[in-house]
Amino acid sequence: MTFLTVPILTFLIFFPMAGALLLLPFRAIPGSEKTVRILALVLTCVEFLISLDLILGMNQTSYRMQFTEDHPWIPFANIHYSLGVDGISIVLIIMTTFLLPMCVLTSWKGISTRVVEFMMTLLILEGIMVGVFAATDFVLFYVFWESMLIPMYLIIGVWGGPNRLYATIKFFLYTLAGSLLLLLVIISLYFVGGHTFNIVRLMGQHYSMLFQEFAFVAMFVAFAVKVPMFPFHTWLPDAHVEAPTAGSVILASVMLKMGAYGFLRFSLPMFPDASHFFTPLIFGLSLAGIIWGALMAMAQEDMKKLIAYSSVSHMGIVTLGIFVFNYQGMEGALMGMVNHGVTTGALFLCVGVLYDRTHSRLLSDYGGIAKAMPVFSTMFMIFSMSSLGLPGLNSFIGEFLVLLGTFRQHSALAVLATTVIILAALYMLYLLTRVIWGIYSPREWSLPDLNRLEWASLMPLAAMVFWIGIEPNPFLGLLHASVSHLIGQVQGVAPLASLR
Amino acid sequence: MSFSAVNILGTMPEIYLTFFGCILLILETMVPKEKRSWLAYFTIIALVFAMLASIGLNGKGLPLYSGLYIIDPFSNFFKITIYAAGIITVLLSLPYLEQEDIHFGEYYAFLLFAIVGMMVMVSSGDLITLFLGIELMSLCFYVLVGLKREDTRSVEAAFKYFLLGAFSSAIFLFGISFLYGASGTETISGLANFINNPGALKPMVIGGMILTLVGFTFKVSAVPFHMWTPDVYEGAPTVVTGFMAAAAKIAAFGVFLRVFWVAFSGNRHDWDLLIILISILSMAVGNLVAILQTNLKRMLAYSSIGHAGYALMGLLLPNRESLFALLFYAFTYVFMTLGAFGVILMMRKKGVEGEEISDFTGLHKSHPVAAFAMLIFMFSLAGIPPFGGFLAKFYIFFAVIHAGYTWLAVLGVLFAAIGAYYYIKIVMAMYMKDPQENVVFHSTPMGRLALLVTAGTTMLLGIYPAPFVTYIKSSLALFVP
Repeated sequence: MTFLTVPILTFLIFFPMAGALLLLPFRAIPGSEKTVRILALVLTCVEFLISLDLILGMNQTSYRMQFTEDHPWIPFANIHYSLGVDGISIVLIIMTTFLLPMCVLTSWKGISTRVVEFMMTLLILEGIMVGVFAATDFVLFYVFWESMLIPMYLIIGVWGGPNRLYATIKFFLYTLAGSLLLLLVIISLYFVGGHTFNIVRLMGQHYSMLFQEFAFVAMFVAFAVKVPMFPFHTWLPDAHVEAPTAGSVILASVMLKMGAYGFLRFSLPMFPDASHFFTPLIFGLSLAGIIWGALMAMAQEDMKKLIAYSSVSHMGIVTLGIFVFNYQGMEGALMGMVNHGVTTGALFLCVGVLYDRTHSRLLSDYGGIAKAMPVFSTMFMIFSMSSLGLPGLNSFIGEFLVLLGTFRQHSALAVLATTVIILAALYMLYLLTRVIWGIYSPREWSLPDLNRLEWASLMPLAAMVFWIGIEPNPFLGLLHASVSHLIGQVQGVAPLASLR
Repeated sequence: MSFSAVNILGTMPEIYLTFFGCILLILETMVPKEKRSWLAYFTIIALVFAMLASIGLNGKGLPLYSGLYIIDPFSNFFKITIYAAGIITVLLSLPYLEQEDIHFGEYYAFLLFAIVGMMVMVSSGDLITLFLGIELMSLCFYVLVGLKREDTRSVEAAFKYFLLGAFSSAIFLFGISFLYGASGTETISGLANFINNPGALKPMVIGGMILTLVGFTFKVSAVPFHMWTPDVYEGAPTVVTGFMAAAAKIAAFGVFLRVFWVAFSGNRHDWDLLIILISILSMAVGNLVAILQTNLKRMLAYSSIGHAGYALMGLLLPNRESLFALLFYAFTYVFMTLGAFGVILMMRKKGVEGEEISDFTGLHKSHPVAAFAMLIFMFSLAGIPPFGGFLAKFYIFFAVIHAGYTWLAVLGVLFAAIGAYYYIKIVMAMYMKDPQENVVFHSTPMGRLALLVTAGTTMLLGIYPAPFVTYIKSSLALFVP
């Protein structure tokens, strides 16, 4: 499957980067901001449309890597430029390319300084993120994984809020320290796993229990920081609060998924025994994250912080689902990742809409918005309802599947995990009450309802919320083959035996 | 000893450069002050000549002058890298020297003689030749460091460097005398034969080895012989600092590698632990103390101590991986550190250099290209992909883990994470704070070319390193069986 004779995955990675170069000359032209914004929007939309080709061209019944490419990259230590995707990565790539046009749209008004640089950074970041999900060489993966930090760092640091210096340093060092351990695991795997960095071939090996345990823990730190799991989550609220809206959306919707993706792609298939060994730990941390995140969310005054902590809570469900090692749990976790990407991304966009008008994110500054902005309030409510897991909307599907899967394994755990829905209802309804309902007190700012751009950025997400909520099967269908193969790898049984 | 044609042809690059250096000294008296820039062009031509000559000699493993001098791909790799560093330095020095009012013709001659010294170092097959090379290089640097005669910092630096350098040379020479006393030979291969012999005079050899180790660690500025580095780096004119940090260091690494891998490979277990200790201490001191610095040149000095610690880990295991890692690290380090000093020397604040970190605030707004170049160097030094510095660290850890020292790699990673902080601090100052009005960025076409080359190479080393990797691999062919 190629596009203009360039293999599609390479195209998806380098097209946005080439687009960024295309924008570079506009720096010299004053007053070209609008052209740049339109160009960036067109580029991201084209990228999204082309990425749909992955779905059309994929073989849904196969768990194998598809659209593969493989070229020697660095002739020492056998490092390859090899790409490939399966159902899991296709879903995440499409989610990434789907969200990027919204990021451009929300930055239309929100970013007014150094627009060209911002759009360039955004486009380069998009290419790198696709690369993370598409790489099948471990070193290549690491290069993408780590170089993603640079544009993200710049997005938060240059276009962020007043306290951005602290937030960026914390974000950067946290994630860097986590990933450096991952680097050591990658190198050790090379020597233990038959002198290759190819992920698929590394999965096919069996490693000694001692090595598995060490490697699992080191990898766990890298991925747990990204997810973020309970004790490693403290960078997230700071980074979210300071990031511009587009940065928050990318952070919440795509970057957090990379941690979970790491568990699915590397930890489970490569170290199945250690994964089993450490499940109690993961369960404990996931539960702690679910409850702690929710409780913290309830105590927040800042809307972005509230949503950031709710992310910690929802991602706890995702990690829980991954580590129950059954079909429902795993698919629920993957759906949870997509849903969290859509819903939380949309919530951050909503906060961005408000922030553009008022320059405040404090709950106490709002009240009775529904009177002034009825359309916006409807949207906001849809996404809040989705976030608290209302049946018929998207998040319900993922959370229900995870809880179902957990119940099959440990009923007590499932009962405790159910608090995610109850607590989410508490803090989301609290958020709604404070912002949308209540007494409308006119302030010095004006609150016009959604303009066309904001409408365009929220509408596709709302459509997704309903679509996944009502008919999730097309999405689940993409995942079936990969998930059942993954379960086979973890349980050590033939792929199809564990199918339902 | 014979002066046959082979010997003379083999040392042609050295002869070229010495000759050109002498010509420069004569030209300097004839060229009027306004036309001194011609000397710079002349120096570049000389270096290009020497580079062509070295490339012509590549692929031949020749012991010349009865084994006193070795021309092999390994030494040629170092020489070519040093020429490249020299050319970049000359490109950077032209406007800088004029601004600082230290544009003397001798500068270029000393630069060339220092390069000859380095070439002798990396090619030496004999400890006395090696000593001559080290002294030639050091003497030139003593002068170059003190080039800013009016500036007390520069003079102090030169004096400090001279005293400590003389001490370290004396200790090194003392070590050679031990080795000679024990073995009766001072050629590297002869020493190797003697040490591989089970009946070797152990205490004498170990004593001599430790004393030479002191000399080498001084030159590569590894802890505990690093004390001179921050003062000298800060005091010296920035072009000289950059050249020292890049070229002198990798020349020292080249000869360190040759002596320890060839001569002392037989008693590897006597010095393994020492190297590990020095490496850990260097990483710790370099990375931790750098955090506290406010002067960028001092900070880069400590960072260079830290980098020496990383590179030293490559000495531990006699296999291709670690040798490759060390060479790749040195190669990458040359470009990123020269580039970083290049950006520093173009910053001017009220007629003097803007070398404080605070001078870099808001550079992104006033000079986006320079800020972006500095961003590349900083992230590369911090070891973040997709820049060369990442791959360099990757290969070091690759070699260390292969050698079975996983715990050492874990320590290295830990210090890398700490070290990232102060590099990021620079990027933060450039990109996230508001500019200071009194700092100007003064660049010339040649300076911009130098930045383009260094930044481009740093990026290329991370994105498409294949040609460099192939070249470095080929330069190892004769050195490691």
